[in-house]
Amino acid sequence: MKTWEYIVRRLLLLIPVLLGVTVITFVVSHVIPADPAMAFAGGPKAQPETIARIRAELHLDKPLIIQYFYYLNDLIHFNLGKSYLENRPVTECISQYFPATFELTIFAMLITVPLGIVGGIISAIKRDKPIDHVTRFIAIVGYSLPIFWLALMLQYLFAYQLPVFPLEGRLPIGVSSPPSFTGLYVLDSLLSGDLVKCGQAIYHLIMPAFTLGFATLALILRMTRSSMLETLGMDYIRTARAKGLPERDVVYKHALRNALIPTVTVVGLQFGALLAGAVLTETIFNWPGMGRFAASAVLALDFNSVMGFTIVVALIYVIANLIVDLLYGILDPRVRLE
Amino acid sequence: MIKLRILEEFTKKHESKIKDIKHMLYLFRRSFLSMMGLILVLFVILVAIFAPFLASQHPSFVEVTSERGTKRIEERWSINFEEKLLPPSPKHLFGTDDYGRDIFSMVVYGARTSLKICLLVVVISTIIGVILGGIAGYFGGKIDEVIMRITDIFLSIPGLILALAVASALGRSIEHVMEALIFVWWPPYARIIRGQILSVRENQYVEAARSIGASSWRVLFKHVIPNSFSPLLVQITLDLGAVLLVAAGLSFIGVGATPGTAEWGLMISSGRMHMFHAWWYVTFPGLAIFITVLGFNLLGDGIRDVTDPRLRR
Repeated sequence: MKTWEYIVRRLLLLIPVLLGVTVITFVVSHVIPADPAMAFAGGPKAQPETIARIRAELHLDKPLIIQYFYYLNDLIHFNLGKSYLENRPVTECISQYFPATFELTIFAMLITVPLGIVGGIISAIKRDKPIDHVTRFIAIVGYSLPIFWLALMLQYLFAYQLPVFPLEGRLPIGVSSPPSFTGLYVLDSLLSGDLVKCGQAIYHLIMPAFTLGFATLALILRMTRSSMLETLGMDYIRTARAKGLPERDVVYKHALRNALIPTVTVVGLQFGALLAGAVLTETIFNWPGMGRFAASAVLALDFNSVMGFTIVVALIYVIANLIVDLLYGILDPRVRLE
Repeated sequence: MIKLRILEEFTKKHESKIKDIKHMLYLFRRSFLSMMGLILVLFVILVAIFAPFLASQHPSFVEVTSERGTKRIEERWSINFEEKLLPPSPKHLFGTDDYGRDIFSMVVYGARTSLKICLLVVVISTIIGVILGGIAGYFGGKIDEVIMRITDIFLSIPGLILALAVASALGRSIEHVMEALIFVWWPPYARIIRGQILSVRENQYVEAARSIGASSWRVLFKHVIPNSFSPLLVQITLDLGAVLLVAAGLSFIGVGATPGTAEWGLMISSGRMHMFHAWWYVTFPGLAIFITVLGFNLLGDGIRDVTDPRLRR
């Protein structure tokens, strides 16, 4: 199968998955609550008039299947309803908060992916040596730590006891945000030629990005280590060694390329985990992203915003998975033949 | 006498299996990390069981001295101003919280809450997953297609986010968090069981069972599912930790346990605003989560290492 044929087929397969996702979010928002109208109106303390108005607005008095079509119609027109917390459309809130989350997630990846891959390779080559034990220990700690507790401990240690990093936020207090081109502060300040601000933005990113990525780091370490070990045990590696190739070439030219295929998958799939972790990380580091917005919406019983956030994250996650699959097909031609 | 003979027959019949298990136990005992995992898990379970003996006070029942001087136990939690936010001391090993409650007692009782959440969520998700995955894998065809597409869709939404949405649709309580977690947690089990069944049912003993006329259900429950057990056990153990992390995270955000409950995530959440003048408030519940999850993860890894024949030698 040609590459473009594969891509088109994958894109077509996206449609049923997206429809399925809308069915699930519909069930969560319209079927699971004891009284959906009350949930959308802000819980048991909402005014009866508001509940009645919302019931009519969202067609909650009609049969479920008709409700679903109204719901789908709204989604197709990017209408996620109104956020009661911020008194404006949910789509507006999310598009405002998205860049901050995106910047944080990308930085988390930038920190953890190279560290994880290098650490995993070293760990595999030096199997059962002290350094292997250290990386394996970091890995197992990494996915046993509650991310919100790690964030608080880092804040306490490195922003309070030993103030090397800023406590929270994207820029120091009193510093105005750079002119908005992309919404990513690091990029925007670079584009506007403000290197000081760019440095400050990066400085503010380090602690939250590390926190957010720590569990991912652990996973990448483990994946790279085990797939590297598996690859190093294969026949073609023995052949490469037997014909007298230097060990460095064997590891970095022959083994690494194949060993990294599972890691690529994991990195892609971790994007979703990072978006989920952002809810906790952003809340603690007071990071004005979608995650913090979602967490405060949950507390304010702003159900529209919570569901809007869920749909947007699901959409991003599905697209990230698609990109991973496509990459996978390019990296490993055997996949396309299925 | 008869008992002994039954025992003898039993050992003879399952000789190879017993030998296998003995070998696994030997391998497991040899691994330091696996043993540590087991010890941590047993430790947390013991703490949860003996919570009333370890804790100096119940998290929501307080001893009240009435005007006449008689003492009685009341369910309430009021602020104890004399004991508010005290640092760790011999009387309060982990210090006290903003209501003047002993944090050590809260952490100890929190073990009960956490283990209850993990166990119920994982067990019920496993049952749902085994049933659906079993049906999908064993019968194949259209049913398989439908069930697997549904799991695909569930897996295409990050679990924590979906659980957050479900929990906020249901309203704040621990029970609702458990329901939300079950809602998102069963699909991986369905997939594992289905995959196992697809590989196990090609085995000759399944063919043999079928050829002597065993019914589909008998083959499924007597032969296929028991032999899919070990990857399932690994997944269950690792998931106990994962569920605990997510549940604590949800409580931290504020959709889980209601104020006053001894729940580790909630304790960290309420300790957050006192972090800079009462470090112990957030530190100890977090350590408790970490130790419990670490225990489950080490144990799960250990079980995987000894049950996966590829990794064994």
